[in-house]
Amino acid sequence: MTTNTPVIEVRGLTRTYRMGSTEVAALRQVDLTVMPGEFIAVMGTSGSGKSTLMNILGCLDTPSAGTYLLDGVQVDGMTRNERADLRNHKLGFVFQGFNLLSRTSALDNVELPLLYDRLARHKDTKALSRAALERVGLGKRMDHHPSELSGGQQQRVAIARALVTSPTLLLADEPTGNLDTRTTLDVMALFQQLNNQGITILLVTHEPEVSHYAKRIVEMRDGKIRKDHPVEDRGDAAVDLAAYDAQEVVA
Amino acid sequence: MKLMVLLRMAMQSIVKNKMRTFLTMLGIVIGVAAVIVMVAIGAGARGQIEAQIATLGTNLIVVTPGTTQAGGSNQGAQTFNRLTIDDVEKLQREGTLLSAVSPVINTRTQVIATTGNWRTEVNGVSTGFFRIRNWTVESGAEFTEEDVQGKRTVVILGKTVANGLFPDGNAVGQRVRLGRTPFTVIGVMAGKGQAATGTDQDDIVVVPYSTAQTRISNFFFIGSILAMTDNTKDIPAAMAEISDIMRESHRIGGGADDFTVRDQSALATTATSTTTVMTALLAAIASISLVVGGIGIMNIMLVSVTERTREIGIRMAIGARGSDVLTQFLVESVVLCLMGGIVGLLAGIGGSMIVGRVTGWHTTTSITSILIATGFSAAVGVFFGYYPARKAAALDPIQALRYE
Repeated sequence: MTTNTPVIEVRGLTRTYRMGSTEVAALRQVDLTVMPGEFIAVMGTSGSGKSTLMNILGCLDTPSAGTYLLDGVQVDGMTRNERADLRNHKLGFVFQGFNLLSRTSALDNVELPLLYDRLARHKDTKALSRAALERVGLGKRMDHHPSELSGGQQQRVAIARALVTSPTLLLADEPTGNLDTRTTLDVMALFQQLNNQGITILLVTHEPEVSHYAKRIVEMRDGKIRKDHPVEDRGDAAVDLAAYDAQEVVA
Repeated sequence: MKLMVLLRMAMQSIVKNKMRTFLTMLGIVIGVAAVIVMVAIGAGARGQIEAQIATLGTNLIVVTPGTTQAGGSNQGAQTFNRLTIDDVEKLQREGTLLSAVSPVINTRTQVIATTGNWRTEVNGVSTGFFRIRNWTVESGAEFTEEDVQGKRTVVILGKTVANGLFPDGNAVGQRVRLGRTPFTVIGVMAGKGQAATGTDQDDIVVVPYSTAQTRISNFFFIGSILAMTDNTKDIPAAMAEISDIMRESHRIGGGADDFTVRDQSALATTATSTTTVMTALLAAIASISLVVGGIGIMNIMLVSVTERTREIGIRMAIGARGSDVLTQFLVESVVLCLMGGIVGLLAGIGGSMIVGRVTGWHTTTSITSILIATGFSAAVGVFFGYYPARKAAALDPIQALRYE
């Protein structure tokens, strides 16, 4: 991470929805800058606007007003196809519900974003996919289908799929929402490990115990950023996981 | 995205629902098979009819005795013999468009050889007969003008008669008796096979008309006069000419004709155009089932798009463009249709062969109909797959991802 270009630079971001005759503002004048190597947790209750922010940052939705630069590229005003290409090249998504293609092997799931790469930048897509799966510790389960994997393993496949294109930003939308305590720690440890390797991560969550593994917390309420602060006494998920396992053995 | 990847994706989802795929494909299978079989049946029927007409002799004009009125009651066709050798000679002399004219005196008699006997049809004709009826002599020779003039007792046997009387095949030169009169076999005609009516055209013997009139029986009546033109397009003019000459010959002023002039080309064109219309009709009916099959495809693709809304959302989130999704579903529908088309093609070819065997027709499946069937089933795939595919491509990724 040698450049000083912000991964995300958002100014005056506003998103209004029309519900019948009334206009509902989901985001109001949001400013946010994310530098390379950051690990941000966006927190807020439902209706706080964090999902809307996530959709816009993920180039799935467009703002009603304001500007959005992703890795120096202006996103607002882009066409549907341009945004699709941008998602493919610069973003990696991890969802709450894993969102893997069932009846498709882990390897094929991970390979999928590479197949949609219009520039065909990557030659050996299979090798890249294998490497991504090994990176998340699933080297031995490449040919398994999602139904044959545990929730944690499925989320690891999803993370591998998000990483395989070497994106500028990893976006995680409630990635631990469907996971138990142990698996949550497991997945957070993986995120921390990836972040230590230099990957910029922005994750949305409403669980404080998840957010304290991030480096910075952005708290949202009523479509605005209320608090934006670094994490004090940041947790180490790997250590906590070991402690959790030890406790289980005692019990 | 590479075509191979798209095809693999399509195959994956097609294989996923085997029963559904089979039932959906069945519509296309039946449609394509029906089109192929119907076109083959039509082609076979047309070939059959054309072959039969060709053996009748091309550019043939037939003059038969007409009806006569006796005391106000119509006596029906051929009541009285009204055709004479004078008519034939006048037609030969004055007909400018006629390249050959022959009377036909028709009777049946027993043909007796030393090796056996055979009851058959005797045609008393002139030398032009062979050209008119498109009849060739396989061994030996046709009779000549001298044979006619000299009322010589020469006979040419049809294939069936020759085989019946002389199974060893050495008919030419043998002596046979027609009734009581001895004749010399001077030729055997090439086989023509069955007529459209089912009668054996080769069960016949041909003698000079003059000999028939004097030596076989007292049967002078000319059953019909055959004439031909060199070109099919001359037939209408030639028919008018024949009518004029015949009216003059029979001294018919303002009265009704006592003869009838018919041509075979009318029959030929009517028969072929009828079968062409029949073929088109059969194919049209068959293509309805193809359209119905296509609607089945569309229905299933629409269900599939709804079912896979979430999958579409995922694909879009990781960078699939609308066009990628569109292509994926279109390829799926085309692959489905093509697979159905190929199975239908095989079923159709098999069906045509069975129909051919049962009817004895030459039911061929042409390359054209194979290409049309394949092309058509692909077109059905594109046409009926486009709407569902476009629906998939137009989905909003956020909504699609949220879809349960």
